[in-house]
Amino acid sequence: MIESEYQISFEELKEILQLIEKVHGYDFNDYAEASLKRRVTHIMNKLKLNIFDLKHRLVNDTHFFALFLNQITVNVTEMFRDPGFYRSVRENVIPYLASYPHIKIWNAGCSSGEETYSFAITLKEEGILEKSFLYGTDINSEVLDKAKEGIYELKKIKEYSTNYLNSGGKSSLSDYYHSIYDAGIFQSELRKKTLFSIHNLASDSSFNEFQLVVCRNVLIYFNEHLRNRVLQLFTESLCHLGFLCLGSKETLRNPQLLEQYKVIDRRENIYQKIV
Amino acid sequence: MCSTADIPTSALQPIELVVIGGSAGSMVVLMELMKSVSFFPIPIIFVIHRGKTSSFGTLAGIFQKANQEIKVKEAEEKETLSPKTIYLAPADYHLLVERDFSLSLDLSEKVWHSRPSIDVLFQSAADAGGKRTLGILLSGANADGVQGLQEIRKKGGLTIIQDPHTAEYPTMPNEALKAKAADYKLTPSKLERTFEKLKKVKLHF
Ligand SMILES: C[S@@+](CC[C@H](N)C(=O)[O-])C[C@H]1O[C@@H](n2cnc3c(N)ncnc32)[C@H](O)[C@@H]1O
Repeated sequence: MIESEYQISFEELKEILQLIEKVHGYDFNDYAEASLKRRVTHIMNKLKLNIFDLKHRLVNDTHFFALFLNQITVNVTEMFRDPGFYRSVRENVIPYLASYPHIKIWNAGCSSGEETYSFAITLKEEGILEKSFLYGTDINSEVLDKAKEGIYELKKIKEYSTNYLNSGGKSSLSDYYHSIYDAGIFQSELRKKTLFSIHNLASDSSFNEFQLVVCRNVLIYFNEHLRNRVLQLFTESLCHLGFLCLGSKETLRNPQLLEQYKVIDRRENIYQKIV
Repeated sequence: MCSTADIPTSALQPIELVVIGGSAGSMVVLMELMKSVSFFPIPIIFVIHRGKTSSFGTLAGIFQKANQEIKVKEAEEKETLSPKTIYLAPADYHLLVERDFSLSLDLSEKVWHSRPSIDVLFQSAADAGGKRTLGILLSGANADGVQGLQEIRKKGGLTIIQDPHTAEYPTMPNEALKAKAADYKLTPSKLERTFEKLKKVKLHF
């Protein structure tokens, strides 16, 4: 059974979040509550901290906050997760992107980079990696370090092979990495086309103009207010006729935002900015 | 104490949300239960364990086919719960209930090797609904849902397990019994009667 000795109320959760904002400047107030509460109590139970101790550590121990930040974000990811999504990108987005002389892509909430490398491979196979550049951003510095290395467990990469082939992959995933013992490192050709850096969707502003913004499984953690803020940010960051890819679970449903886009794939939530 | 008697109407009065968890052997029970959910006045949420390959379409389709007089749909993130609707957790996401009775999806680590996990749904439903929550745990070969059921009970909600003697895989309800997480232990036919009763209670106002 999961240890659940320490519990907090929603009010206590708010107190913790306000404390974090005051002391560390990170704003988690507009995250969806249920999952965040689960994360916080999970940390408390794992480290045997009651709310008093937790607050104390959050205020007085900088090292602890880094660990806390790393643990409350959900970083689960996969290469070519939802192969149908990548198929649609190949069919509906890439032919269009190909007409640009330079293609800039923002992968927001990229976690440890599996999604970013999946895109890089897709672009390479469609012959446009050469003129593309991918920016991967996340709030969690630890996963970004992993993304920068581009090294993953070989066992996991092998599991992604089926995803890759179902996504319309044209060769073999093993063509894109070298194995070193039980790890696989992605080719420098791919890595050199990526840049990973810290960016907080809850507070930071746009940092470039993009032809494509990909953000999947991140908006699910935000409440309606923050979600709209972030979608507004993406809209500002896209060039005219640029693409927004949200994936199968996150829909653009705010009417003010929706009227600025054309729906390209309703199932995979791929949109093209028309203003 | 876990009772095997019919649930008195008074205990059903506060219920505004029904969450049901099932694993191996639960489909038969759920299919039977589908007969008693026509125009059911309270939102119902299912988490059913299944392999990654079995697509949602078929599962929702199966339930919808069993009863046309209730809407069956895959839960979408941030959608608000409505009466006369059954929500199914989408494959490979946890499903959570928020305090405003909207739904959230979450990709976090598997619980009991499962995503969606019954515990995750139940715990959030306990937090969100308190005494308005009815949690039902059916047949299954693991212990997912036991702790969540206990949470619902702790927060004043009502908890039911399928009578282990009637369960194809009794581990799940048995574990709930051991953990003293269940108010009632019901056979599938008593469970159906509870649903009929719940319908009447709610239609009165
Ligand atoms: C579930 S992962 C999704 C990874 C990948 N996009 C995918 O779909 O496989 C969610 C990621 O969002 C990041 N995240 C959460 N809040 C964020 C914020 N405010 N700004 C940027 N990234 C954030 C988390 O650190 C985590 O890596």
